[in-house]
Amino acid sequence: MAEFDSAQELMDAAHKTHEAGYHEIDAYSPFPIEGLAEAIGFHKNRVPLVVLLGGLFGGISAYALQYWVAAITYPVNVGGRPFHSWPSFIIVTFELTILCGGLSAAIGMIALNGLPMPYHPVFNVPEFAKCSENKFFLVVFSSDPKYDPAATRSFLNGLAPRMIAEVPS
Amino acid sequence: MATNTQIPVADRRVPVIAPGYTFSTITEKISAIVLSRPVSLGWIAGFLIVFGMLNMLALALGYLFVKGVGIWGINIPIGWGFAIVNFVWWIGIGHAGTLISAILALLRQTWRNSINRFAEAMTLFAVACAGTFPLAHMGRPWLFYWMFPYPNTMRYWPNFRSPLVWDVFAVSTYFTISLVFWFVGLIPDFATMRDKAETKWVQRIYGLLAMGWRGSAKHWHRYETAYLLLAGLATPLVLSVHTVVSFDFAVGIVPGWHTTIFPPYFVAGAIYSGFAMVLCLAIPIRAIYKLEDFITMRHLETAAKVMLATGLIVAYGYGIEAFMGWYSGNQFDSFLLWNRLHGPYKFFYAALLACNIGIPQVLWLKKFRVSTGWLWLISFVVLVGMWLERFIIVVVSLSRDFLNSSWGMYYPTKWDWMTFGGTIGLFLTGMWLFVRILPMISIFEMRTLLPEAHVQEEAEVKQ
Repeated sequence: MAEFDSAQELMDAAHKTHEAGYHEIDAYSPFPIEGLAEAIGFHKNRVPLVVLLGGLFGGISAYALQYWVAAITYPVNVGGRPFHSWPSFIIVTFELTILCGGLSAAIGMIALNGLPMPYHPVFNVPEFAKCSENKFFLVVFSSDPKYDPAATRSFLNGLAPRMIAEVPS
Repeated sequence: MATNTQIPVADRRVPVIAPGYTFSTITEKISAIVLSRPVSLGWIAGFLIVFGMLNMLALALGYLFVKGVGIWGINIPIGWGFAIVNFVWWIGIGHAGTLISAILALLRQTWRNSINRFAEAMTLFAVACAGTFPLAHMGRPWLFYWMFPYPNTMRYWPNFRSPLVWDVFAVSTYFTISLVFWFVGLIPDFATMRDKAETKWVQRIYGLLAMGWRGSAKHWHRYETAYLLLAGLATPLVLSVHTVVSFDFAVGIVPGWHTTIFPPYFVAGAIYSGFAMVLCLAIPIRAIYKLEDFITMRHLETAAKVMLATGLIVAYGYGIEAFMGWYSGNQFDSFLLWNRLHGPYKFFYAALLACNIGIPQVLWLKKFRVSTGWLWLISFVVLVGMWLERFIIVVVSLSRDFLNSSWGMYYPTKWDWMTFGGTIGLFLTGMWLFVRILPMISIFEMRTLLPEAHVQEEAEVKQ
């Protein structure tokens, strides 16, 4: 794990590490940095798909429920209007689309991120507490095929970090 | 978030954050209010007052549940009374929070970053207050779940053609999505609070809420996508909620309700009163907690301009109502207009015009927009005016409908006033606790406002 002082340094370091052939890496920052996820080779973002499916589920099930209630199981004649009076069903369909889409955005994001995960080895490095304040970190995981304790350390040293630490597993 | 990482180079106006701050000092300043600032005597005294008001609500509702809605001033023909007046007023106030957090996020208005958190908290408490009224008005509030579609032994299902059923779905969705939006926004700040906390149990509580957030680039990437999509979903939602509330009226055939201007005019009115509440809260809070560097004069001035603009839309709504009263040639509509101007509630209508249209026009002058005292006063006037608007819509229309034999007057009882005052207590108690328990300004979004937060893609630079 290497610590950096600024977002720009972390960004450059992430690019260099990825180009050097390390692929199982992660970068940590106190706020979102545009392009950092791409810099460490992360492209599979499934959150939009989850939201789309959630929204479709909400909308379709809401309309189906209303149709079934109003036209099949509990038909009420209101002034001779058709049982399948679809304009009246739009609002509940819309609301449930939003509700299910929104809930799947939040729950999907949390689940895909693997949270809640109260324990993670990076927290064992005392300096990492500053990651939620003003410091930036780059981690090469030991599971990376190219990982070698000495070589990786000297490679990270070449990126001019503020400090380097081995994360106890 | 993705929406806010633009470099504000073209922005030559007053900065949205005072110069001289670093990532560290922003974090320190906001988290210290919660973590290390001692509880002051003023806070305790204020809390006792607002908590007393909350207890008044418990008393009023307790007596209501024992006796029934007969203790209120509602009658036939005015069956809705204070319950719906206050419901619409509170829901409207909530709208500013979602507008600030969702719509302004999509429009990349970075100035929102310092006020969205507490505006969202305001939304949640306002919707909770709003929800109290229809629940209490039901007569048998313990059977509220009958409104939801579920298989039951009565073999009954809700009527999905009724605006009141739409309202149940709209308001419950609104509350849920606002809560989710607020919580998602808080996750990275919970992590900051966890790392800044000095005592074990404080650390544990924030740690539990942060769910192990560690600021990984992959996490941030998904986080930003989710936040943006939530903003995109909440934007039509906030516009739909007050539209559905206005359908409660507009679908009915009562004169003064049955108009197509209602949805847009209700939404504009909601944002109008919501921004007034934001200003009423932000002005004292920034003074007490010395947050003038984060909630700058530019924020207050922009909020004042939004109020002025939405106020003019509301004025247009009143104008169209009056115009249609005359132009339609419908005797009931013309009578409604005459009755508002000359009937038993004419003083309320005059006060409404003064509060919502007349007085806020001073906001055209910069002098009033940059004076916190005046701004607070005008916002308060707007809140009163918007309450009067709902009173006029509900009470004046119901008190004089088609048949003279069904005319009547409405007088709220002390229980009505206690319930209304009690919900103000509920709202303020929530805000009182919120400012001391949670970071009231989004810390990580404030960090993105600093120039150091913007990086250049190395790959692009090279090519």
